[in-house]
Amino acid sequence: MNLLVIPAIPLLAALLSAVAPGRRGAPAVTLAGAAATLALAVWAAARVAAEGPLISIAGWVEIDGLSALVLLVVAFVAAMAALFSWGYLAAHDYAPRRVRRYGLHFNLFVFALVLVPVLAEPALVWMAVEFTAVFSVLLVGFDDTPEALEAAWKYIALMFMGAAIALLGIFVLFWAQAAAGGGHYSWAALREIAPQLPPGLVVAAFLFILVGFGTKAGLVPMHTWLPDAHSQAPSPVCALLSGVKTVTVLYTILRLVPLLPAEDLGGWMQAIGLVSVGTAAFLLLQVRDYKRLFAYSTVEHMGIIVVAVGFGTQLGAYGAMLQIVSHAVTKSLCFFAAGSALLLVGTREIASVRGLLRTSPLVGTSLLFGALAIGGAPPMAVFLSEFAIIRAGLARGAYLTTALLVGFIAVAFAGILLHVNRMVFGAPPAAETTAPPHALPFTCALTLVLGAIPVLVLGVYQPVPLHALMTQAAAALAPVVVP
Amino acid sequence: MMTAPTPPSVAWLLHLNALVGGMFLLTSFGLVAIRQVQGCVRLYVLQSVLLAASALLLGALLQTWHLYAVGVLDVVSKAVLIPLLLRRSLHDEIHMRREITQVFNIPTALLLALALAITAFFLSGPMLAEAPHDPAAGVNLPIGLAGLFLGGLTAVARREAVPLLLGLLSMESAAFFAGMALAPELPLMAEVSVAFDVLVLVFVVGVLTRAVHERTGTTAVGAMTTLREGPSV
Repeated sequence: MNLLVIPAIPLLAALLSAVAPGRRGAPAVTLAGAAATLALAVWAAARVAAEGPLISIAGWVEIDGLSALVLLVVAFVAAMAALFSWGYLAAHDYAPRRVRRYGLHFNLFVFALVLVPVLAEPALVWMAVEFTAVFSVLLVGFDDTPEALEAAWKYIALMFMGAAIALLGIFVLFWAQAAAGGGHYSWAALREIAPQLPPGLVVAAFLFILVGFGTKAGLVPMHTWLPDAHSQAPSPVCALLSGVKTVTVLYTILRLVPLLPAEDLGGWMQAIGLVSVGTAAFLLLQVRDYKRLFAYSTVEHMGIIVVAVGFGTQLGAYGAMLQIVSHAVTKSLCFFAAGSALLLVGTREIASVRGLLRTSPLVGTSLLFGALAIGGAPPMAVFLSEFAIIRAGLARGAYLTTALLVGFIAVAFAGILLHVNRMVFGAPPAAETTAPPHALPFTCALTLVLGAIPVLVLGVYQPVPLHALMTQAAAALAPVVVP
Repeated sequence: MMTAPTPPSVAWLLHLNALVGGMFLLTSFGLVAIRQVQGCVRLYVLQSVLLAASALLLGALLQTWHLYAVGVLDVVSKAVLIPLLLRRSLHDEIHMRREITQVFNIPTALLLALALAITAFFLSGPMLAEAPHDPAAGVNLPIGLAGLFLGGLTAVARREAVPLLLGLLSMESAAFFAGMALAPELPLMAEVSVAFDVLVLVFVVGVLTRAVHERTGTTAVGAMTTLREGPSV
């Protein structure tokens, strides 16, 4: 089977949702499309785990361990978000035209997200990354409030600014390859001739792409749009934006890591990552909006991944891969729980929410569980990945970085729990108990239950194929010739 | 500086390309400073034409048909379709707004622009030293990098939707201006994706700007600052 079938499914679903009749048509098409995408992604990832890279069109369309891993998490979160969208749209009772618009943009966004890991040619990958931005901006502004539109404007302006800078990086990378003898422009070809690439040009290309795509991934100090966009978008879209869009963009930056002159950049990457982790951890303490809380936690997690890769060891790279998976499954669950809470209480303000456990035991439990999991409490998935990264840091001898990392993670954990405890425990305010704006739809409840399974299971047990896939993905970050 | 003796036609093409590059940089400066929205749109069209001109000159110089195609695509998408889309979706914004309140006053913005342009020239030096000697890249890389910075400055300094968008679009043009000389074989495919991307972008921004106007009665998108942390509101 050609790998292009995988992005073709959401594209088809987008076209069908644009014409699907009624209020149920578009969500049904979206859900079917996302389920099919997930099935194919699991199949592709399983084959990569067993047999190594899959090549459909050599140099253009191929996936290796790293891209298969990204594809897998994107498809999983997209399927969960499609399930949640069903109930979310039903609860808001939008007009059929608005539902079709949502379906169209949602599926186009998933199409772009799936396209990024499937393509192997950097210029096309740039295009796919840019698609993830232009197709999601109208989803960010979907609520049509002044705040949502402000967030959408900031989002698209910074996305495009980042894209232009990254585009120059893509050109410089091609230039470096031409200087080293040329050949077809693809991730694999670049990695093979990495030792011959002029180091100055590779570093320049890396810096352009780090700044450009780092803006899109939400690395500090280019993160300012992220809490706005990730709090104003409809909740299922937040799950996609925060859970996997950031990871997908970060993936393109990670593709350049094996090309770099080894000794130079590890320290810099650790520093850049730590700045993101630290800034986000302290900003977490002073949020007033619980969706912004989880958005800042995304900035923190992106920083952790960059630090882990900066360690430059196989152990660190494996920790980073584990963190990508655990972040995607956990953060999307957090946004589903936050979105459910928003449906129930009708406000995003932390101070106005009390006693969620009594208002709805399921939502309260999910929010608390999500907060504990994303903060890194054992025995959930994020604990395992952060533990692996800390262990990698100690093994590498980077004691200062590791100590700072542990400190920041502790601050972030305290910040998240501080806010979520206030929302979950206590007695609900009288007004909310009498008239909740929406009842919790069945599919939303189902998403919360299904979404919690991998968060819990991956903390204690890793399926053998997933382990194989992550090992391959971690190996893809190492240079071909070990110095 | 040419080391080997070059045929007169090549030297002419290089000189012309340098002239086009200088004018390209001037249009970037213009976008930072010009007040009229319509003037900004015209300047962007001129910049796109200059980008296409450089593509054609480099195409002749490097004997590659890719760049001719890039030039044609560029004129069609950026000098014709984008202004058309802008005029259709944001007619009032372009024709009825003259004065723009900027974040910096104009002399300050121009001084910043000058500093950024000089920085770009210094930054491109070490990169050029790494690669095989290439006179076209020697012109296009520093100018493209400067244009990228100036476009960023425009996007930061402007508050109105259309000039802000034009600043972003000029960043992309500038990245392309540099890229054509660095990687002559890549741009055709890149241009196809970029042309498609910018058209979708302009469409999306048009939709968004009209929605902002409907909701808030203004298109000074840079002045929207309700989303922030802290105990206010």
